[in-house]
Amino acid sequence: MKKHLSGAYVAFVFILLYLPILVFIFFSFNAGTSGGKFTGFSLRWYEMLFQDRALLGAFFNTLLIALAASVMATVLGTMAALGIFNLKRKTKSIVLNVSNLPILNPEIVTGISLMLLFAFVFIKVFHLNFGFVTVLLAHILFNTPYVILNVLPKLRQFNMSLYEAAQDLGCKPRRAFFRTVIPEIAPGIFAGFLMAFTFSLDDFIITFFTNGDLETLPTYIYTHIGKGKTTLEFNALSAILFLIVMSLLVFSNLIGRNKNSVEKY
Amino acid sequence: MRSRQPLIPYLIWMVIFVIVPLGFVVYYTFTNENGSFTFENFQYVGKYASTYVYSLRLALVATLICLLMAYPFAMILSRSHAKVQTMMMLLIMIPMWINFIIRINAIAFVLEENGIINKAITVLGGKPLKLIHTDFAVVLGMVYNYFPFMLLPIYTVMAKIDKSLYEASADLGGNGWQTLRRVTLPLSIPGVITGITMVFVPAASTNIIAGYLGHTKMIGDIIETTFKTEVNYNVGSTLSLVLMLIILIAMVVMNHFDQDKDGAMLL
Repeated sequence: MKKHLSGAYVAFVFILLYLPILVFIFFSFNAGTSGGKFTGFSLRWYEMLFQDRALLGAFFNTLLIALAASVMATVLGTMAALGIFNLKRKTKSIVLNVSNLPILNPEIVTGISLMLLFAFVFIKVFHLNFGFVTVLLAHILFNTPYVILNVLPKLRQFNMSLYEAAQDLGCKPRRAFFRTVIPEIAPGIFAGFLMAFTFSLDDFIITFFTNGDLETLPTYIYTHIGKGKTTLEFNALSAILFLIVMSLLVFSNLIGRNKNSVEKY
Repeated sequence: MRSRQPLIPYLIWMVIFVIVPLGFVVYYTFTNENGSFTFENFQYVGKYASTYVYSLRLALVATLICLLMAYPFAMILSRSHAKVQTMMMLLIMIPMWINFIIRINAIAFVLEENGIINKAITVLGGKPLKLIHTDFAVVLGMVYNYFPFMLLPIYTVMAKIDKSLYEASADLGGNGWQTLRRVTLPLSIPGVITGITMVFVPAASTNIIAGYLGHTKMIGDIIETTFKTEVNYNVGSTLSLVLMLIILIAMVVMNHFDQDKDGAMLL
């Protein structure tokens, strides 16, 4: 009885989670223009999607910014984590608290505070405009704390005598560092990079306040979806995103499982 | 390896991109458009007081619903077979990785006057309901979008609870309820606190959900229009600063319930 009850509950939550998005995707195949009435199967919205140059451009910007920002945040964050690791307890907690501010604060506050900085420094002092550079800087800002939060625990687990042993065996400190410390903390660096990348891909609010004329996928969706004209183009887009996400997650899961089984046997 | 030097670039970075921007927010809060000192901007906080209360109230309701839904779910999940756990986590993550605005629109799509729910009601002979552009729709949108943020931290903490503690509790004669109250609940508090923070903060400050699902503006929308449409940095900064302080205070109060201070603050 108890088992059935919890099974039913889990099913209920999943239905709630999936029903809206699946209905939304289903209507991407609608031949008609209405979201209420399915008048027949068609791929016209997909055709429209792939001809939408502005959308494809926004998608390209999103990928480029996410990649560039997460790589830079990974370098900056890993270095910062190495330094923070060696701080005294009290200073460490102060530095970490300031560092986490951009992700603990409401996103809209981080967004507007950066907008004020850029409006003042970039536009008044350097006569530059909002655009690629401001969005990139903003993304590095909110990505770096995630990298630090992923690298720090790995540093805590690291056995320092390994690094000392490498030096005793004749390694220069620099080489010893790259041969012992980096491989040990690499999983944390990678996890931080992935987290930064995904948050960057999906960010809307902070981008919205720093983008100027630059469109990323989320800002493009925001300015075009559901405002006035009925279009099922975005239903088609969400179907494609759904497919990409699902295959990526299933794929990474399969790799993860294989790796585990290799380690086991 | 023992050096603190690698921190230097990040310290400079933090000063420029964390501290100085917040300094700008404070500066604009206490000045008028001519740049002279004033408290006048705070009268707008009074003007929008009901909007603050409204946003915080809806966010609170959504946070509570998320908690009530996620807690039993995390318990079921953490006690199921390892393979089932991975599978279910995957199913939770997939919708989360689809763009936020698209997900909000999917909700609006389902709730619309001639959306699928009202279609079903009419087919069954009922009268169509006013679902979209209501408080109900806003709370539903919040729950739908932020539910994983509540579930993940609670589940992470619960998965780490030593299973022998449950057995020990049972051996000592504790029933299911007592085990929940005396073992599971205290050990899962850090996860619950992280979850509440991760749902409440974005829900209270959202500038997206009300536009698609609500009938009136939330404080996030007001801040957005003040900056973007009215281009009034002074009033916008004041409204943001007050929102930030309210949320910070709420979080400090929350963290008092967390005895384990090293506990997972965020993630």
